[in-house]
Amino acid sequence: MRNPLDRSGRRRSGEEETHPAGDRTTGWRSLLRRDSVRSAPFWLPPFLLVGLFVYGGIAWNVLLSLTDFSGLGTPDYGSLDLENYRAAFADPLQAMVNYLAGVSGWVTSGSIEPQTPSWSDLTIDPVWNSLGNTVLLMVGFSVACLALGLVLAILVDRGVRFEDTFRTIYLLPMSLSFVVTAKFWLFMYNPETGLVNLGIQALGFGPVRIVQNPELKLGAVAFALIWQFSGYAMIVYLAALRSIPTSHFEAARVDGASTVRMYWRVIVPQLRTATVSALVVITVFALKAFDFLFSMYGGYQPGPSADILATRMVREAYANQNWAYGSTIAVVLFVMALCIVAPYIYSQYQRGEL
Amino acid sequence: MSFPPATEEDRLVGPRVRKVALYIVLSGMVLFYLIPIETGLMTAITSPESYTGQTPFLPPLEPLVPGTGEFSLEAWGGALDGLSGGLVNSLVLVVPATVLSGLLGSMAAYGLTTVDWRGQVGIYVLFIAGIFIPYQAVLVPLTQFWYNVVPLRTAFVPLAELLPLVREYHWKLVALIITHTAYGLPICTLLFRAHYKKLSGEMIEAARLDGASVTTIYRRIILPLSIPMFAVVFIYQFTQIWNDLLFALTIIQFGDASVVTMDLVGIGVSQSGTNFPLRMAAALLAALPTLVVYVLFGDKFAEGVAT
Repeated sequence: MRNPLDRSGRRRSGEEETHPAGDRTTGWRSLLRRDSVRSAPFWLPPFLLVGLFVYGGIAWNVLLSLTDFSGLGTPDYGSLDLENYRAAFADPLQAMVNYLAGVSGWVTSGSIEPQTPSWSDLTIDPVWNSLGNTVLLMVGFSVACLALGLVLAILVDRGVRFEDTFRTIYLLPMSLSFVVTAKFWLFMYNPETGLVNLGIQALGFGPVRIVQNPELKLGAVAFALIWQFSGYAMIVYLAALRSIPTSHFEAARVDGASTVRMYWRVIVPQLRTATVSALVVITVFALKAFDFLFSMYGGYQPGPSADILATRMVREAYANQNWAYGSTIAVVLFVMALCIVAPYIYSQYQRGEL
Repeated sequence: MSFPPATEEDRLVGPRVRKVALYIVLSGMVLFYLIPIETGLMTAITSPESYTGQTPFLPPLEPLVPGTGEFSLEAWGGALDGLSGGLVNSLVLVVPATVLSGLLGSMAAYGLTTVDWRGQVGIYVLFIAGIFIPYQAVLVPLTQFWYNVVPLRTAFVPLAELLPLVREYHWKLVALIITHTAYGLPICTLLFRAHYKKLSGEMIEAARLDGASVTTIYRRIILPLSIPMFAVVFIYQFTQIWNDLLFALTIIQFGDASVVTMDLVGIGVSQSGTNFPLRMAAALLAALPTLVVYVLFGDKFAEGVAT
């Protein structure tokens, strides 16, 4: 449905074209009467605020990443160079080799030379390790989250009683803070008193160190995040399932397809839009998992095997005072988010949903 | 064929069995989602001295069931002590930030659904993209901005002397309120715009023919019709801002202005080990406002996240 204000606005701009170009007063007055101008008091102040904080901030951050700023005085914007980026992406081949050879994954920084930039006496590590962890967490967490959410949505959608109660409980963890979730799961994973370990011991195995175990860390983080966000995926899928006409379910049933096959062939393909939008949101959540790791490890040091770009960035800037290098990592993170979000927004735009 | 063909599964297991299995799975998932919270609650109401951690998920029934610990609210007292400053600061911060971002978001959405010019979608896209920004990308400039560019701190020195309840450290809270408003605006705008696109155009058309100005239409028609959406937006923003750690950590950094999530990170750990009852009580206390909001308005929250 078209907004009537749209139409009247269009009519007015049409009138404007008929005015002779020299008639300035009328032109000015009709400009003032235009909807875009008259509604400016509404959208312009919020836009300026967003523009300053979001886009001004990003631009400034890119600029800072080109400096040598390390906390003292004001940043020197006179000499800009790409040194930080060279340090961040040093030794790409070695990183690749390490990864392919599986030399304890991305963890070994041994064979990748730490860099000593001109602005520091100390060495800094390239971003490969945290970049790898970020991608791993992002992919593993989002896929598992979506899969669980889809299964739950399908089950809840099968006309169960107390549907609202199930839904409310499944979504409950999402209302909690990352910090609170981390505290709960730190307790669950505790080697002596945690429920997870009590379960493992009940099965006859020894207690397992989870949170401090380099091999299990990232998985433990992902699992807790799945606990928190799978309810969200379920809600999105449920809304999508409800919008599929009942006849599609019935048609598949008459054809004699088994339930699982019916969902796989007929229903799941229709959930593409929901999958994409849930995926974008969940992936961005994974990029933001800083709060969770900070709370779980009580500070800036989650250790190399759970270090993601989000934690690395804050650590470099706020704990090590390598402000410019922190900005550089932030740019990497931003570009990653952009690669996910830009195609999404573009496709939304093309489908006319904006 | 006189009867509808039974599916493979129907032949293998009867529909009743499948129904039971369905409820078992769904209840199992209820257990999965609730057990960390339940365990936390049971631990939080155990007295720290008698806490053994052998059965953290059972209620403390010490004289009756040995090994479960004694019931006590001691940990809650400790948690309240440790978090009271943060709880107050969070409350001072979250209310204005929520209201501001909601109001401005509604205004922006109204302005952008009325506007008719080519830039409209462009402006809107810039708003929407703001939702997905990883906030790390603006942290360093943000710290620079509040600490070195805006003289908010110096402005608060005379204010603190003049007004009774204002302290100098409150400048950090004001900085955080503005920050949260700015970064919350995109999602608020999205939620309101989705709502405004569904509103009936005839009413607005009629008002316009009566000579109502853009502002009058907003005040008299749009705003009253937005009330259900305000509930959704306020609940969403309240949860988001209350739960935030990253902005608080980088803008407040340390000191009297610390918010509840910051205080929660370090609570319950000492040289003598971890005090789990205290830590769980603190976690639940910090989560209490959002939990209460969720239990009361769960459907609104669901609407907010699903849009």
